Amino acid sequence: MSIDVINQYTGEKWYYSDIVKDHFFKPRNLLLDAPEENNFDASGMVGSPACGDMMNMWVKIDRESERIKDLKWKTFGCGSAIAATSMYSVMLTENGGLTLAEALKVKPQHIMERLGGLPNRKIHCSVLADKAFHKTANNYFRKTGQYERIVVEGARVVDDRLNITDKDIEEAVLEGAQTLEEVQNKLKVGVGLSLSALTEIEQLVRFYSEKYYG
Amino acid sequence: MSDKNLKRIYMDHAAGTPLDPRVKDIMEPYLTEEFGNPGGLYREGRRAKDAIENARKTVAGVLNCATDEIVFTSGGTEGDVLALMGVAHAYMEKGRHIVSTNIEHHAVLSTLTALKKEEFEITLVDVEPNGIVDPKKIEAALRPDTILVSVMYANNEIGTIQPIAEIAKIVKKHGAIFHTDACQAAGYLPLDVQRLGVDLMVMNGTKMYGPKGSGALFVRKGVRIKPIFFGGAQEARRRAGTENVPAIVGFAKALKIASEERKKESARLCELRDYFIERLTKEIPRTILNGDARERLPNNVNVSILDIEGEATILYLDSHGIACSTGSACTSESLDPSHVILALGKPYEYAHASIRFSLGRETSKLDIDYVMEKLPEVVKILRKISPITVSENATGMSHPEAFAGEHLRVKAKSKSYKV
Repeated sequence: MSIDVINQYTGEKWYYSDIVKDHFFKPRNLLLDAPEENNFDASGMVGSPACGDMMNMWVKIDRESERIKDLKWKTFGCGSAIAATSMYSVMLTENGGLTLAEALKVKPQHIMERLGGLPNRKIHCSVLADKAFHKTANNYFRKTGQYERIVVEGARVVDDRLNITDKDIEEAVLEGAQTLEEVQNKLKVGVGLSLSALTEIEQLVRFYSEKYYG
Repeated sequence: MSDKNLKRIYMDHAAGTPLDPRVKDIMEPYLTEEFGNPGGLYREGRRAKDAIENARKTVAGVLNCATDEIVFTSGGTEGDVLALMGVAHAYMEKGRHIVSTNIEHHAVLSTLTALKKEEFEITLVDVEPNGIVDPKKIEAALRPDTILVSVMYANNEIGTIQPIAEIAKIVKKHGAIFHTDACQAAGYLPLDVQRLGVDLMVMNGTKMYGPKGSGALFVRKGVRIKPIFFGGAQEARRRAGTENVPAIVGFAKALKIASEERKKESARLCELRDYFIERLTKEIPRTILNGDARERLPNNVNVSILDIEGEATILYLDSHGIACSTGSACTSESLDPSHVILALGKPYEYAHASIRFSLGRETSKLDIDYVMEKLPEVVKILRKISPITVSENATGMSHPEAFAGEHLRVKAKSKSYKV
């Protein structure tokens, strides 16, 4: 008895395209063990607000050329999240690796094209891979002191020197920081800031603490 | 995958069962030569009418009720909507308050949401962490203006059996009407409506080896329902539309077989279920049973295999020939995680990691052994892929910080949230 599902968009058997299936059953560039210190230059973890999937990404970047020498990932995610991230990792590292600037231009639709499509309600899964990389790149820029290159979409900058946003404060609070001091320790925020900026950050800490723990 | 020789192990009977060949045989003539409209006064019509009335007698016999207390429907959803809407609209002068639970099927929950827009007030009682509602909490939720209480007989996801008879007594004492969705229970639990004390009960053919698009609603004499379909006077003016004769005949036969085989089949399945649960929880570390271990349907096994996502698990199992389902948000059209697993006080990661195996007449111990041969490998692969380690006693999300800036509608360490 064969009960293959037919993809309503491509007419192919199985729920996903053959390329998706291949990357799902044989994901590329997975990090199978715990990340070793010094093996990677930056990392980032994000969640999908659409379905709750989580993605963790690590990169190794050549300082001089800014090419992505290695990209590894792990996910608590579904078939299409696994396949999309696998494909994305290939796209960023193939042929000697893209530069950071080039990699940041890769969009979820480019992943979709390479995968031969995903069902409509699975598109957010390819967005998750892209989002994880953007966060990882920001982490790299922060670690290498290139604050001006940090771009956080849909967020408001509260410290323009270090390019720290309200989202960073929210994240620090969600990681457990509950006082201004603890947030400062996490983000190095507020160092040498004006009193008014400090007051605003203090307010954000209080707001998010209240929101999540109040 | 595409291996045509691979044996299929079907373990999603709570979603749908194959048609019993005995049911198919009895339906056959009504798909062909016995095509008459039961409304016709001539011979073809009378024969179709007789077939329906015989089916009604069969169903009434199983339920221990009168024949005019049975309304044939197109299935579980229609039965629930007709019962809830029907009673709400018939009794709205008396009151506008309805009580139900937070683990009901969407056919009930979405209907209640629709009634809310018509200015009915809805109270959803939380179930206990074992997935069973405390009748005292139902009693506490009742008000003078409560007209209707709806509690499912057995839950479709985690199989927990609700204390229906006890709740029925409380509701009766209070003078309200009691509805139960028995779609999953039929075939496994007693359906005597006098013993259960229910006023309305919904059943669905495709959950008990009957045809899809078949079902019945029991409406106790004296309980009024307003129709939701308008047209002819079929089913004593409670369900307009030409009767689906083959489906009705098939439904009655399926119900009869299920009730005759119930005790023996339930005992067989209980043994298999407990064997399966024991192997799952012993052989796959960090696997948690969802819902009460004893007060559950004989065919239901629902576990959260922590740290791995359900859809990925299902696709892997499918490639090994195994069919089952998950409460993961990734597989639902709405992208919402299972409200039933969340109702147990677990974080959404538990729903994301939940797998339901529902056994059936064809399931053997060998099938379970085969699953237990393949599943641990799949879990091993997916756990290697996973970046998270969910606590076994978690009540909050493991990594709320990953969702920063996403307008999280959650409290990080409290029990109610939605991603």
